[in-house]
Amino acid sequence: MPDNLPRIVAVLLDGLPSTVIAAVGGIALTIVLSFAAGLSLLARRRAVRVLARIYVEGFRGTSEVVQLFWIYFVLPVLVGLQLVPLYAGVLVLGLNHGAYGAEIVRGAVQSVPRAQYEGCTALGLSPAQRMRRVILPQAVVEMLPPFNNLCIQLLKSTAILSLITVADVTRQGVQVLIPNFGPDTELIFAVMAVVYLVLALLITAVMRVAERVAARRVGRRPTRAARGSTVTPAGAR
Amino acid sequence: MIVFSAVEKRYDDHVVLSELDFTVSAGEHVCLIGPSGSGKTTILRLLMTLEAADGGTIHVGGECLTHMLRGGRLVPADEKHVREVRKRIGMVFQQFNLFPNMTVRGNLVEAPTRVLGLSGDEANARAVELLELVGLSEKIDAHPTRLSGGQQQRVAIARALAMRPDVLLLDEVTSALDPELVAGVLTLLRDIGERTDITILCVTHEMGFAQDFAHRVLMFDGGRVIEDAPPSKLFAQPDHQRTRDFLRAVIDRA
Repeated sequence: MPDNLPRIVAVLLDGLPSTVIAAVGGIALTIVLSFAAGLSLLARRRAVRVLARIYVEGFRGTSEVVQLFWIYFVLPVLVGLQLVPLYAGVLVLGLNHGAYGAEIVRGAVQSVPRAQYEGCTALGLSPAQRMRRVILPQAVVEMLPPFNNLCIQLLKSTAILSLITVADVTRQGVQVLIPNFGPDTELIFAVMAVVYLVLALLITAVMRVAERVAARRVGRRPTRAARGSTVTPAGAR
Repeated sequence: MIVFSAVEKRYDDHVVLSELDFTVSAGEHVCLIGPSGSGKTTILRLLMTLEAADGGTIHVGGECLTHMLRGGRLVPADEKHVREVRKRIGMVFQQFNLFPNMTVRGNLVEAPTRVLGLSGDEANARAVELLELVGLSEKIDAHPTRLSGGQQQRVAIARALAMRPDVLLLDEVTSALDPELVAGVLTLLRDIGERTDITILCVTHEMGFAQDFAHRVLMFDGGRVIEDAPPSKLFAQPDHQRTRDFLRAVIDRA
């Protein structure tokens, strides 16, 4: 084992809290914005749809790094609002990935069969009751796999926070380790990659559980992928 | 109970219903028969307000479904007005349309509690009673997806009845079922027809059922009622050649 491995790991793990906070905060904001914007894309009022569309195209179509610099460097000059780097990072991660998530929500809601809407109408449910009680619970099942992708992408994007001085895993590696352990460059980057991989696998594990719960709630047998290889297939109940 | 006057329905250039007039009295059971595309299902969809008519008026229980009075003038009905009238009408679909994210119980109590404002206990009592009627008491906590088509359709019938509608619309409710499950659902419908005084409009291809269930049968063709008679007359001595051809085709297929 290379002599420096324990120290390299220790220094990188010092960056773990920032990376995790940025990822968790970013994911939370992403979920909120995805639903808000995704449902707005389907709103009856045109003005609401247009606003949501501007948000989605605006944040999906511009560079995340540029967005980050705007919020961190330009906003203070323009309106005198200087955000803590980590918060600025969470904001950009959430805004950016929320724009992608909005399309996931919209697509999933639209994938619920027309017959379900008609069933609601025939029972006299209002449009709001219909969405909350019948359509969304079914749509969520469809949303989870693409949301898993989105969350992993967001996790990896947290590395850009190192550009605005957040001491995350990437910044610890590039700014602290490389200058001091130059000969171990391959090792440093390899450990960094493994840290992200482990976090990504963690996200996937959580999402798999969510998929199984959601599938069960709509009375569907979980897909083989969501059931996971370690779980014995449940027989018909 | 139901009055259609000069009702028009078009899809783009295709005229589905033209100048349609007919009346259904309270408690009457009316079967709508005719070739596919003749506008039978459209009539149910208009009544359920799943679609809006392009012309004419529809009244249900004295209330207008298509229009409302505002400032002394008749204007097209808005969502709120429509929702009020809708409470009196229930519908059962060909594909059941049960909510898969709820148990059977959930499907039955959802609308009574949220739309009619029943308490949870009241709605639950209704659900229990109706499941007994449709013979599925033991399935109350099952997921609809675990039931056979026939069982799902019986739950759907119970769900519609839980709203205590004045009018029940049945849209080819046995067409999606395996042949051996059809009889059970039809027996249930006969039973409901005898036990309640609900006005029932039924689109069906089951001529045997129409014959003994309906008080009146309406034969549709090209968006018009071409024959309107009690089943004993319509099936035995239809006036129109189109009716005879249609009945022969249906009976040959069976």
